[in-house]
Amino acid sequence: MTMMRRIRAWALRLTGIFRSTHRQRGFADEIESHLQMHIDDNLRLGMNPGQARREAILKLGGVELTKQVYRERNTLPMIDDLLQDLRFALRQLRRSPGFTITAAIMLALGIGASVAIFAFVDAALLKPLPYREPVRLAAVTESVKLFGRANLSYPDYLDWKQMNHSFSSFDIYGGGGGLLNTPTGALPVSSLRITDGFFRTLGVTPFMGRDFYPGEDLPGTGDTVILSYEGWQKWLNGRPDAIGQKINLNGLPYTIVGVMPQSFDFAPRGGTQFWLPFHAKGECDLRRSCHGLEGIARLKDGVTMQAALSEMQAIAAQLEKLYPGDNRGQGAAVDPLSEVVVGDIRPILLTLLVGAGLLLVIACVNVSSLLLVRSESRRREIAVRGALGASRIRLIRQFMTEGIVLVTLGSLLGLGIAAAAMRILTSLIPKFMMSRTPFLVGLGLNSHVLVFTAAIAFVAVILFAFTPVLRLPMTAMRDGLTEGSRGSAGTLWRRFGANLVVLELAIAVVLLVGAGLLGKSFYRLLRVDINFNPDHLATVGIMVPEKLYPKDEDNVRLQRQIIARISALPGVQSVGLTSTPPVSFNGNTDWIRFVGRPYNGVHIEVNMRDASADYIKTLQAKLLRGRLFTDAEDGTKPKVAIINQTLAKMYFPGQDPIGQRFGNTDLAPNTIKEIIGVVDDIKEGSLDSEIWPAVYYPIYQDEDNYFTMMVRTSQSEESMLPTLVSAIHEIDPGIGTADPIGMKARMHESPTAYLHRSSAWLVGGFAALALLLGVVGLYGVISYSVTQRTREIGVRMALGAPRSSVHGLVMREASRLAIVGIGIGILASVGAAMLMQKLLFGVAAWDATTLLSVAGVLGTSAMLASYIPAHRAASVNPVEALRSE
Amino acid sequence: MSLFLWEDNTRSGKAYVGDRADVWQGTLALMVLKTIEMMGPQHGYGIARRIEQTSGNLLSLNYGTLYPALLKLEQEGSIASEWGVSENNRKAKFYKLTRAGRKQLEQEARNWQQTTAILDRFLLPGEEQA
Repeated sequence: MTMMRRIRAWALRLTGIFRSTHRQRGFADEIESHLQMHIDDNLRLGMNPGQARREAILKLGGVELTKQVYRERNTLPMIDDLLQDLRFALRQLRRSPGFTITAAIMLALGIGASVAIFAFVDAALLKPLPYREPVRLAAVTESVKLFGRANLSYPDYLDWKQMNHSFSSFDIYGGGGGLLNTPTGALPVSSLRITDGFFRTLGVTPFMGRDFYPGEDLPGTGDTVILSYEGWQKWLNGRPDAIGQKINLNGLPYTIVGVMPQSFDFAPRGGTQFWLPFHAKGECDLRRSCHGLEGIARLKDGVTMQAALSEMQAIAAQLEKLYPGDNRGQGAAVDPLSEVVVGDIRPILLTLLVGAGLLLVIACVNVSSLLLVRSESRRREIAVRGALGASRIRLIRQFMTEGIVLVTLGSLLGLGIAAAAMRILTSLIPKFMMSRTPFLVGLGLNSHVLVFTAAIAFVAVILFAFTPVLRLPMTAMRDGLTEGSRGSAGTLWRRFGANLVVLELAIAVVLLVGAGLLGKSFYRLLRVDINFNPDHLATVGIMVPEKLYPKDEDNVRLQRQIIARISALPGVQSVGLTSTPPVSFNGNTDWIRFVGRPYNGVHIEVNMRDASADYIKTLQAKLLRGRLFTDAEDGTKPKVAIINQTLAKMYFPGQDPIGQRFGNTDLAPNTIKEIIGVVDDIKEGSLDSEIWPAVYYPIYQDEDNYFTMMVRTSQSEESMLPTLVSAIHEIDPGIGTADPIGMKARMHESPTAYLHRSSAWLVGGFAALALLLGVVGLYGVISYSVTQRTREIGVRMALGAPRSSVHGLVMREASRLAIVGIGIGILASVGAAMLMQKLLFGVAAWDATTLLSVAGVLGTSAMLASYIPAHRAASVNPVEALRSE
Repeated sequence: MSLFLWEDNTRSGKAYVGDRADVWQGTLALMVLKTIEMMGPQHGYGIARRIEQTSGNLLSLNYGTLYPALLKLEQEGSIASEWGVSENNRKAKFYKLTRAGRKQLEQEARNWQQTTAILDRFLLPGEEQA
């Protein structure tokens, strides 16, 4: 009962806030009628009218006081005050739109940048992989000294699986390409061969149909396939009766048994549409030294990654003893799956987050110093309010409210900027990068991001509420009422505000240096020696279904036909075929052993590439010694090889390698090849990789049904691509083509270039904003200090100081701040650059050119920014200045 | 005693918070409710006047303090108000008891009597012994 009454009263008071004026007026009437009745009574008692009224008011206890008590009872004073503060804050901010807009935009930029980058960090680094207990998932592969994580071979996998005690399950995946027969011809699709428990290890189940049953990955169990959701939508139009349908993959019919859920993607091979049972077959699967697979495993409860690694290394060592020829130097690698997925982009994302954070700090510092300036100019207003009875708490609350309004404005704008930035940034991610980072799909303003924004906003509110409060000692409130009391306050401002600007400039230097170094890395990366000419060079991937061209001779005939057909096209200068185009990756290696030299069993691992006769000529790579392949060199001719310069230098220092011979580790007679030429070091690996020793074999002597065609064109290579693709399909519509692209574009869009470019641009953007904000901050500080010292300048000039010395006075102050800021910034940025050394390419952390140019740019901008206030100071009219105070 | 309790109300809102003020608010509310019950619909001035008379002029109150109490009772739904015309033809706001108010009055009057009866036992020990 009482409770109900209280709630009712409270609700009425709450609504009373909004109907306040109406009630006030009603109460004024009531009081008036009360007084009238009282006066009537008093008159009746014989008082004169004046006396009667006075007595009535006295008895009431004061009209205004009564009204106030009534109002407090009518509404909730706390909320009422808050709204009042809010109205006041909005009025204050509206009154100085310049300040409000500047501050809100600065905050919005800082918050927008940080929030957008945080969204990426959250999606990539904070959110767990979308599998069951992802922390227990390990990526398991063999390892070799040359490149760390390497691939598994199937026989090794079977032994590892049987011998280990660390994993509750252990599965492999491998393969990649596939050709899907469609009504419009053969299309290249992404497929993976997996062992039966692959999905169970990840902890995902098909949303339609079934998973592979145990043993379904063994040969002779029938050709079944599980589709990804995307594949089901794309190739079967999402038909609900897809299960049991047949599709034609690589010329073979496969029965669809399942469809994976839409949310599922396997990040290490993102975008895979067809999941096939492993079905070990062919020479490579059964050979222990043929490494083409990768493993995933789920750790048993209580087993750590470290323990699993030790066990697998021990097993690898055991196998190395058992199979010294095949497994020499083959170790084991066990890493968290998440590390394999996001390990590469982690340093970049963290660098970007720090960059955005620094920008936010600059923005906050700038806004704080604007608030300081404002609180200086509002000293009198505050003093008056204090004198009229506003308590300190009430004033702090007022500042707090202004801070909240400002930050809310900035945060909302910032969220808008962040949402736009996220959309733009994700749309700029090329498809191949996106498929490696499926967790970035659908990036947006989710709850994590909003909480992060709220946290930033909260800190900013605290900062902005207390900046002016710091300047609000009680005594200063009284001082503020007296005229011309700026002396002490000015000093304090100069000390505090100046430090803030030094901080800003230092941060701007760090960001500029970071951007400079990343930009220079990117520049170096694109100009690294690749030792061939990428201009006017078109590349087209070609997939030949084994079903259509089962024998090596068929394949050779087809390749000759392709070369002849393409060469005849107008605008084509020369055509070459290769197993792997340059600037792809180091890998696809061969183990070689030289004839007539002692061999200690340590694998000589070299990049292995197949090349047609005109391949090296088409690349315009330099032949250093010997000769190139001829078109006649096929399986019927003696085996030959061309080596690169690095191999020649490593294994034939001071000798002529031409005529030397090598074979496989056993020197099996059918593997012996004679070296016929030495070619310049063509960049086979990614742009930032080292040159490995490499061997090139005639493509007709080492058949592969997936190869890349390189075409040197006389006109723009991009315009030739459609012609090239249709020419291939005219030869045989059953042949698949993939990724037609110009070599230059291929290099620019390669993951390495992409990562370097995007980080350089983003940090560059942050740095440009930082420069702008820093310079604006310096300008603000200097102009304010000039305003503060107008009288002093007037006195100086009245006493005979020439204008140039006043000018110098201001410029000196600005230079001092700029020099200190830049100095601290340079030191800090060398430290920061050391931390991000991983992201730099071909440039040292203490790169003098970068440091000097940054100092130069910032110094010049700082001087330009201070020139305007200095000029204003120098044109002060002494008489006016002295009179103004 | 009652006099300085009155004075509390002359200060702004926060002074109400103390326990004493709560006690006073309770008694004032009771007096108001009882007065309205006795007189029927009545305006603020009339209620104030009547409270003074009833107390035999022992209470001398600032009439202004009555209005927040009336507002509180109205917010709690114990009384309702409407504009009308006074006996001297003045426009005035009249307060009347609601059903809930009548119940509240009965209840609180009972409570109050109980409280004073208990306190009497402490404060008048002689009588009890006699």
